[in-house]
Amino acid sequence: MTADSHALTTEHSPVASLPHDARGGIGNPVLGMLLFLTSEVMFFAGLFAAYFSVRANAPGGLWPPINPDTNEQYFLQFLPFVLPATILLILSSFTGQFAVWAIRRGDRTGFLRNLSVTVFLGIAFVVMQGFDYALLYSEGITLDSGTFGTTYYTLTGFHMAHVIGGVIMLSVVLYRGLGGQFSARHHDAVEASSLYWHFVDVVWIVLFSVLYLLPGSGH
Amino acid sequence: MATQVLAPAARGYRSGLYEWLTTTDHKKIGIMYLVNSFIFFFLAGILALGVRLELAQPGLQFVTDLTYNELFTMHATAMIFLFIIPILAGFANYIVPLQVGAPDMAFPRINALSFWMLPLGGILLFLGFFTGGTAAAGWTSYAPLSEDRPLAAVGYGQDLWIVALVLVGTSSILGAINFLVTIFKMRAPGMSLFRMPILVWTMIVTSVLVLMATPVFTSAVIMLFIDRNYGGAFFDPARGGNAILYQNVFWFYSHPAVYVMVLPAMGMISEILPVFSKKPLFGYKAFVFATVAIGALGFSVWSHHMFTTGAVYLPFFSLMTFLIAIPTGVKMFNWIFTMWRGKLTFSTPLLFAVGFLSMFLIGGINGAFSASVPVDFALHDTYFVVAHIHYVLFGGSVFGVMAGFYYWFPKMSGRMLSESLGKLQFVLMFLGFNLTFFPMHQLGLAGMPRRIADYSSASGWQDLNIAATVGGFLIAASMVPFLWNIFISLRSGKPAGDDPWEGNTLEWATSSPPPPYNFDRLPEIRSERPLFDARYGRIGH
Repeated sequence: MTADSHALTTEHSPVASLPHDARGGIGNPVLGMLLFLTSEVMFFAGLFAAYFSVRANAPGGLWPPINPDTNEQYFLQFLPFVLPATILLILSSFTGQFAVWAIRRGDRTGFLRNLSVTVFLGIAFVVMQGFDYALLYSEGITLDSGTFGTTYYTLTGFHMAHVIGGVIMLSVVLYRGLGGQFSARHHDAVEASSLYWHFVDVVWIVLFSVLYLLPGSGH
Repeated sequence: MATQVLAPAARGYRSGLYEWLTTTDHKKIGIMYLVNSFIFFFLAGILALGVRLELAQPGLQFVTDLTYNELFTMHATAMIFLFIIPILAGFANYIVPLQVGAPDMAFPRINALSFWMLPLGGILLFLGFFTGGTAAAGWTSYAPLSEDRPLAAVGYGQDLWIVALVLVGTSSILGAINFLVTIFKMRAPGMSLFRMPILVWTMIVTSVLVLMATPVFTSAVIMLFIDRNYGGAFFDPARGGNAILYQNVFWFYSHPAVYVMVLPAMGMISEILPVFSKKPLFGYKAFVFATVAIGALGFSVWSHHMFTTGAVYLPFFSLMTFLIAIPTGVKMFNWIFTMWRGKLTFSTPLLFAVGFLSMFLIGGINGAFSASVPVDFALHDTYFVVAHIHYVLFGGSVFGVMAGFYYWFPKMSGRMLSESLGKLQFVLMFLGFNLTFFPMHQLGLAGMPRRIADYSSASGWQDLNIAATVGGFLIAASMVPFLWNIFISLRSGKPAGDDPWEGNTLEWATSSPPPPYNFDRLPEIRSERPLFDARYGRIGH
């Protein structure tokens, strides 16, 4: 050991600077969430790849495909709650971001207000999606109904599971916020869960476009 | 000497077992990773011996066709997902925070969660033996075979396989996030990216591969689960699904997974070779770029496992596969020129590292054969491919794991392992390995298909199969000196001291084993070899 290697003592070592990294940049939880979302993107990429592969290889080039039970082509029209649910989810992304901006300013009231609305909109989305599922199910379309039912329920189902996960995450943040745990300096959990919520929103926009807006073939 | 900043809080007595079960210390978690992985290594090894016993002579002597399918399926699944991937993660768990000068991983509790998913997944996987049968469709579990066909699993085995692998995959993903945040956010002052130890670099690339490939695998097996249990039609051609789709999604993960299984081992021997050659790693930056290149190319070669399906664009995937030989070749030169004119000390870690070099070279060469489309059409699904994968994953990864084990055991335990037992283990393992797997090249060229329990006595394959079986038992025998070595060294091994090998990197700057907070102080970091600098001043630069 040389003399100058002794100069760095514990007070100057990274041990002392923890748990808050003094070198700036985004916080560990936010970076962790961004990396987690990378893996989530790849998970949905796998499901979307399956959807497009099945769709491109559908018998007779027909999409939506033929219903194996009735021998008629499926026709997916806008379910009654799809459009309102979509609008509410997009709105909730905005209110979630307003909550983040508010806590960055140190405005706790605005933060809690916007966050509560976000949680409420998330729950509303889940409920509306539930009604649509019930309607589809009553028409006999299940996971079992050939590639159409399988892909529809798998993709929207995994998205809905993520919405529910996001609602739970935001609820925990709301609960902690009500306890006064966040401030303009310490709100990594808010930043991280809002990133997750935006991700859930973006997945839905892609999903909605692919399932409902992308024109089918063979009509 | 300064006072400790992170003195543990005063608290009541807790038993040692409770301490281990609830720990969030990356070093204890790392050791638990190693122990857990070695347990599954031995279980999967016993399954492999079952395979070798059955193949020693024509006819069915010991097992039925179905049991044989279970043996090789569980052997490969456990070796890959419960031994090689986790044990490398375990080494990294112990070493990476030390090498970057951090007190722990970025998310210690998530680290514990990552670990505990592994024994749970392993138990679920092996539970199949008690519920009427394990998975039996091969570790690849191709649909539609895995969807409920004769000779695939009966009962819940395949579903348990899926659930276990989703758990293990999630464990990997969380681990990868943890490594990346630790490496990018918690490095010691002065440690710029190009002053990081090579193992840390390989863990960055490995973690990115895990992060981007494993979720795709999760989606593949979840779709398989939906097909099997809820009447889904993803992979069932009879109902409009696409069987090749499974292979595409599966290999999109499982080819990068090969690099997940070998890059950290490459990183480990790149730590060992310079230390035992008394030279810096030759071409540090070239090595880093080669590692990144392997990672990037790794995402564009998955279909070389599917050449014979007729459903992939052959020229592209063949070319990309050949290209991987370039960065791998760069690394070979890095390693050889690191040793060139070095002051070599042939301790056990170096022996295993050189074992890695020579065996991985063979695995690379026979891999390049298979990258050629016409050759692959002849060799596909023969024992040649079995030889290739074992030269890469056993000759490569397992020898690397052993090198790393002998190198870091003194740091983890504070005791040296016995050199003579270590060398005995190396000789037995090296001979046994080559006796087992070298003949498989010839068997493959002679046309012996993999995954068969029986072959004709007129085929002329028996002699080589007997050689392979004898070799398999030699490998098993090499585990005796290994375990005995660990046992006696923990009891009465020579005390290791802080830095028994004259290492280069920060883990050797603290005591053996390190205190819970890792470092009292850190040396100044002005190169990728801070301890070398501290030892010799900076005359080496």
